[in-house]
Amino acid sequence: MADYTPHQFDVLVIGAGGAGLRAAIEAAALGAKTAIVMKSLLGKAHTVMAEGGAAAAMRNADPRDSWQTHFRDTMKGGKLLNQWRMAQLHAQEAPDRIWELEEWGAVFDRTTDGLIMQRNFGGHTYPRLAHVGDRTGLEIIRTLQDKLIHMPVDVFMETTVTHLFKTGDTIGGALTYRREDGSFQLFNAKAVILATGGIGKSFKITSNSWEYSGDGQALAWSVGADLMDMEFLQFHPTGMVWPLSVRGTLITEGVRGEGGVLRNSTGERFMFSYIPEAFKNDVASTEQEANQWVQEVIAGKQATVRRPPELLTRDVVARAINSEVRAGRGSPHGGVFLDIATRRTADEIKRKLPSMYHQFKKLANVDITKEPMEVGPTCHYAMGGVRVDGETEMSSVKGLFAAGEVAAGLHGANRLGGNSLSDLLVFGRRAGAGAADYVKQASAVKADASAVDRALAENLACFERKGGENPYAVHRELQEMMQTYVGIIRTDADLRHALAELDKFEPRVKQLSVTGSRAYNPGWHLAMDLRSMLTCSRALTLAALERCESRGGHTRSDFPDYDKEWAKVNQVVKNENGVMKLERVVRPPIPDELKQLVEEA
Amino acid sequence: MGNIVQMKVYRGDKSGGSLRDYSLEIDEGMVVLDVVHKIQAEHSPDLACRWNCKAGKCGSCSAEINGKPSLMCMTRMDSLPQDRPITVEPIRTFPMIRDLVTDVSWNYEVNKRIPAFTPKPKNPDGTWRMYQYEADRVQEFRKCIECYLCQNTCHVLRNHDKHDEFFGPRFMVRLAMLEMHPLDAADRLKLVKEAAGVGFCNITKCCTEVCPEEIHITDNAIIPLKERVADEFYDPIRRLFRVFAGK
Ligand SMILES: Cc1cc2nc3c(=O)[nH]c(=O)nc-3n(C[C@H](O)[C@H](O)[C@H](O)COP(=O)(O)OP(=O)(O)OC[C@H]3O[C@@H](n4cnc5c(N)ncnc54)[C@H](O)[C@@H]3O)c2cc1C
Ligand code: SF4
Ligand code: SF4
Ligand code: FES
Repeated sequence: MADYTPHQFDVLVIGAGGAGLRAAIEAAALGAKTAIVMKSLLGKAHTVMAEGGAAAAMRNADPRDSWQTHFRDTMKGGKLLNQWRMAQLHAQEAPDRIWELEEWGAVFDRTTDGLIMQRNFGGHTYPRLAHVGDRTGLEIIRTLQDKLIHMPVDVFMETTVTHLFKTGDTIGGALTYRREDGSFQLFNAKAVILATGGIGKSFKITSNSWEYSGDGQALAWSVGADLMDMEFLQFHPTGMVWPLSVRGTLITEGVRGEGGVLRNSTGERFMFSYIPEAFKNDVASTEQEANQWVQEVIAGKQATVRRPPELLTRDVVARAINSEVRAGRGSPHGGVFLDIATRRTADEIKRKLPSMYHQFKKLANVDITKEPMEVGPTCHYAMGGVRVDGETEMSSVKGLFAAGEVAAGLHGANRLGGNSLSDLLVFGRRAGAGAADYVKQASAVKADASAVDRALAENLACFERKGGENPYAVHRELQEMMQTYVGIIRTDADLRHALAELDKFEPRVKQLSVTGSRAYNPGWHLAMDLRSMLTCSRALTLAALERCESRGGHTRSDFPDYDKEWAKVNQVVKNENGVMKLERVVRPPIPDELKQLVEEA
Repeated sequence: MGNIVQMKVYRGDKSGGSLRDYSLEIDEGMVVLDVVHKIQAEHSPDLACRWNCKAGKCGSCSAEINGKPSLMCMTRMDSLPQDRPITVEPIRTFPMIRDLVTDVSWNYEVNKRIPAFTPKPKNPDGTWRMYQYEADRVQEFRKCIECYLCQNTCHVLRNHDKHDEFFGPRFMVRLAMLEMHPLDAADRLKLVKEAAGVGFCNITKCCTEVCPEEIHITDNAIIPLKERVADEFYDPIRRLFRVFAGK
């Protein structure tokens, strides 16, 4: 049997985006012997790509803001399916987490009186996003990375977890392979924190990188942890649509926050026709009002009128764009137009949105200070994931924690832009603390040797097998299938078809062949990632089929309305002897004072 | 529709390697990274390369394209001459792992040797004030995506192999950022002069030319660092002046 190198830690953090780095810093600060592993190099995780900002009610740009308003906006955006306790902790603690970054060296954009500047984003009542031009994620990850390297944390780069092990009902360890040479390592750890991010790589048009194969969700489920809210997948309204090779690449919502407007092929500013009943009171009803709002905000004043409909929540805007394109009013390449050129000066655009300017110039040969961008929805963010306890981030498996995009609960049916970066900081820290606290009374566990042997054999089988399919071909087909049948608009028939297709993918993924050696072999990596993609795709499709209503990121054209009964429950995907079972769990009752906040809306 | 291009992609490992020819059809707007992915999907599934963002933000996909250090994801195929084969090779200053992937761990070791950001005390109202014009200066350096193209290009590292004596342009940028950070209280000038070896740089500006973030590495980071070192260690009067002027 293949060899492996054993390691022993108190806390193993899987993933080095914002959530994993913040968790590792906290666990180590609290005295736990901590290791962090990641698929890529340090500093390259998804968090580095985040553009627009991190939401925190610091009240620097508009003193009317408060954690209560942030809480309300988050619950409203999530269509009340959020775990209220998480939404509360998030809104209360986010400002401290941003100030803490400043203390660690982050340099955010500033207000005229020298404080951290905040910008507007969809679904947020007030300007709330701490940002650095449009490279906020880079600022956050670099600050955390530079903090981490001076902490007692062992860092294992380009090291991928393929299996988790449980001893009895407790987490025991993880098997990894190192990309560089294809060698295996066994991490025995008393606590494991999943911070592996999202699942978007199962879709064809996506803003997500190769890392987003849903490993954390799949690993958690494999050891019996519950997944929750898997049907809620966010399609960001503005991905690039042209040239084809960059289709899906993200255009930050900051463009709309800075005054950008959406138009169809007739030049109509169409978002006014798509304002949902529940948001009627929050949004400008005329172009004049919307424009006044932008003028006031740009001038650094407090807005006295309502914000433009382009700043509605992402689910609403993505569906509106989808409808315009379907109605034949799309742009030449199947999107709509996003115009900032006629709204702000070239200098302002270059200063506030430098990387967008750069990206369009380089990749699409478009000067966004002169021309509109062509945009369309792109698969972006998983609201669902591992079900955790809101205070400690422990999953339903003892010693297994999850934070960041891999965890469920904070965002409910739809995430507000900017709430992810603050999520990582708030719940990354809480997971690190939860795990450090847990390991104090947990005894050391060792993964079962025969389970490890089985895992090793599973990882290596595709080298010995001849004549199996090429993982790239299978991946492409999976992406096409998921995009077509489990995309923005879903129906009973499509979802059933997708399930039948997933049944066919199952044996194919088990029978892949790879060529070459174990050293830095991307075909082999993909063969293993596909196992996770399949698990996540199935959980998502099953949950989407079951939820017969439309809400947030989940739209059923056969059930276009909200359903009161579905409002009372979250949907959990359980592992019953290796079979996925759905269960509806009644939402914990919300305390009166918070309920009142939501109802005031 | 698509036209056919000829590619020469480096294939090999620690023990050596060579350029391999690929001929494939490309579509409008493709970047070099798309072509490498197409080769993986259709010809050589084990072709090793790094990437994450495909939008010039993560600094993973550095390579030498037609001999020029570049990001594969930000180099459009139609920006390259198509009448001859396009070569794609790994960045050469670091040890080879496989194909387009090199071992850049040295950079991470260097970073650890730079003392962490050390904050000044807060204002009595519990805040730090910093104005945008002050932020601008360091934000230029904080744009660095750690692609290490500058490290790859710098002849002090590349040709003279001074990895033990010179931190390289990337970390000059980082040191300059810390030195000019309005809220930082630590003094790293001795490190800049000695361990980091700022004196090795002879301002050829090759690093600045390849930086995809257009950071003015030499003019804005290295030269000011050299000046500060000169003030600190060779010019007592200017040093005194700086003490009174507060940094
Ligand atoms: C282009 C883009 C722009 C965005 N802009 C914003 C924004 O402006 N504001 C905002 O709030 N949010 C934004 N988001 C969303 C936000 O960036 C992500 O949700 C967030 O960064 C996720 O952080 P994370 O720490 O959960 O995971 P990530 O940062 O994705 O990190 C995941 C880590 O897990 C590792 N990993 C995964 N699987 C394994 C495995 N099997 N073994 C070992 N390691 C593993 C990866 O290598 C990586 O290190 C944006 C996202 C994208 C893609
Ligand atoms: S300017 Fe200095 S750091 Fe840059 S390449 Fe030349 S010698 Fe190296
Ligand atoms: S300074 Fe520029 S070239 Fe050097 S690593 Fe940073 S981004 Fe890359
Ligand atoms: S893939 Fe991120 S910079 Fe090229």
